[in-house]
Amino acid sequence: MSARKSERLMNLVIALLVTPHYLSKDRIRQVVDGYRGQTDEAFDRMFERDKDDLRDIGVQIELGTFERGFGDDLGYRIVRDEFEMPELVLEPDEAAVLGLAARVWQHARLASQTSSALLKLRAAGLAVDPDALSTLDPRLAASEAAFEPLWDAVVTRTPVEFSYRRPGAEASSRAVEPWSVLSWHGHWYLAAHDRGRGEPRMFRVSRIDGAVSAAGSPGEYDIPADIDVKAMAMSLFPPPPSAAASVRVRAGTALALRRRATRSRPADAGWDEIDVPYGSVSELAAEIASFGADAVATAPPELRDRVVAHLRGILEPAVGS
Amino acid sequence: MSTAKDQVTRMLALVPYLRGNDGVPVAQVARDFGVPTRQIIKDLNVLWFCGLPEAVTGEMIDVDMDALRADGVVYIDNAEFLPRPVRLTTHEAAALVVALRTLRSSADDAELAAVDSTLAKLESAAGDGALASSSVEVHVESVDPATHRTLATALREQRRVAMSYLVPSRDEETEREVDPMRLLTAEGRLYLEAWCYRADDVRLFRLDRISAASILDVATTSHADRQRDLSAGLFQPLEGGPSATLDLAPNARWIVEYYPTESTQERSDDTLRVVIRANDEQWLRRFVLRQGGQVRVVAPADLAERVSADARLALDAYDE
Repeated sequence: MSARKSERLMNLVIALLVTPHYLSKDRIRQVVDGYRGQTDEAFDRMFERDKDDLRDIGVQIELGTFERGFGDDLGYRIVRDEFEMPELVLEPDEAAVLGLAARVWQHARLASQTSSALLKLRAAGLAVDPDALSTLDPRLAASEAAFEPLWDAVVTRTPVEFSYRRPGAEASSRAVEPWSVLSWHGHWYLAAHDRGRGEPRMFRVSRIDGAVSAAGSPGEYDIPADIDVKAMAMSLFPPPPSAAASVRVRAGTALALRRRATRSRPADAGWDEIDVPYGSVSELAAEIASFGADAVATAPPELRDRVVAHLRGILEPAVGS
Repeated sequence: MSTAKDQVTRMLALVPYLRGNDGVPVAQVARDFGVPTRQIIKDLNVLWFCGLPEAVTGEMIDVDMDALRADGVVYIDNAEFLPRPVRLTTHEAAALVVALRTLRSSADDAELAAVDSTLAKLESAAGDGALASSSVEVHVESVDPATHRTLATALREQRRVAMSYLVPSRDEETEREVDPMRLLTAEGRLYLEAWCYRADDVRLFRLDRISAASILDVATTSHADRQRDLSAGLFQPLEGGPSATLDLAPNARWIVEYYPTESTQERSDDTLRVVIRANDEQWLRRFVLRQGGQVRVVAPADLAERVSADARLALDAYDE
């Protein structure tokens, strides 16, 4: 059955591709072998499904009007320029790069879409070498269940809804217009316009509970300018250093802090005083605390107070006991 | 994707491919298309029944079945109407472009030019199907370009490297000689996989913790068979490594999303009890100190004591 369907789809593509004019539905039914002998109803169903299937695999069928007899009639064709891959010339080093791309995705469907893209490029005569030896081995995983539907939503600009659960909070239902998906430190995030809240929001994909379902039609909204989406992504990043702290560190310790220090000078015997740029007081305070008695915040006072509070917090009795 | 769609996708690529590879062994076709040989033979049997409508010439694609049966090679004819493959779909272009952007982030400046020009050509070939560059972003932490260049060069020239490596859990800077095996990007960071002569084993090194890397005048030994399988994730805690039972306050619940935990249990006081495994006890100690009062050590008792003693000693320096 499937072989016959493949044959019919191929013949439909070829017929619509070679026709110089639009082909009416009746004409298609006559010339494509697989449609002959079907009832009107069965043919209509088959033809609609075949068009959808072809669109899914990237074959666009154009609907247009043409003159027939005394009036206009509707017909179909495939425009060759839109159907065919444009000419592409790659240098050998570029072809090698393409070969490497095949290995990046650690996600079954994205990996197979990459392979089918490479297959087409190879069919276009490009020497894509999937076994190209390289010392580069980047990999991109997407193990979150909601990743795939969100990826589809971004690619097709389709609004979606889902249930979102922040740790320790009740789940809430969200309807959003997905703008962008981002991978940061191995986790995926979604930047989207939240319809309920009327403003842009970032979502952690792993916090989406259950199914992601369509809440509108493809292409229903526009994605704002690149620059705005990128600015939103920046909210994931730690704030850039805006000031420098002064920290006393024991000789030979607190190496991670020393690495970032812009200045280091000897202090009391066995100690150095270093200047560490920082963007977030609480982040730096927590890091200083992690070195225990080997690092002491000296300035600014705000940092010093924060470290003291942080350390006292450790010694306070546990919550609820 | 249904099998018919898969098959049509493949056949639409197969025709232009075969037109450009007259007499190619069918086994080679199967390898290039990533399917079993019997599938390619099935495809060819379908293609045989495809062609121009009778109203045009009625001519079918001609597959030389004798050559296929006798010599296992493929010749096709009468397929002039399919000279080129189908344009990339939006999904294919997006998957490929994101893969290339990820590749870009692990390339050093010598390789960057080739990746960039490939990306530009593909994005123009995808035309309207191309994604806005912000639609998918893969962030990789930047590293010192000089270190990156040194390691990439050492890999290309297959030479041993001497370097300093920071081990934060032990707050220790170590000197090592390594044979670089590959540079990889995973979980948003660049790593060097290398044979480490200090550990006498394969190790992963985060590039941002490497300093003072220099290329030695010694050829590397091949350790290709020792490449680690990283499909299960970068960090697999050592079997039998130290573990701790911790109570997380609501503000610290994010920890379960970032660190592998062995068990989690909701408690009546709104805390979450988790068991976390590490490779060394020092890491656990620093980890708990960093979280302040948001994380309590339930067990083992000596970890709880160490942490409290550390905090008390540290507070002494503030004479308050």
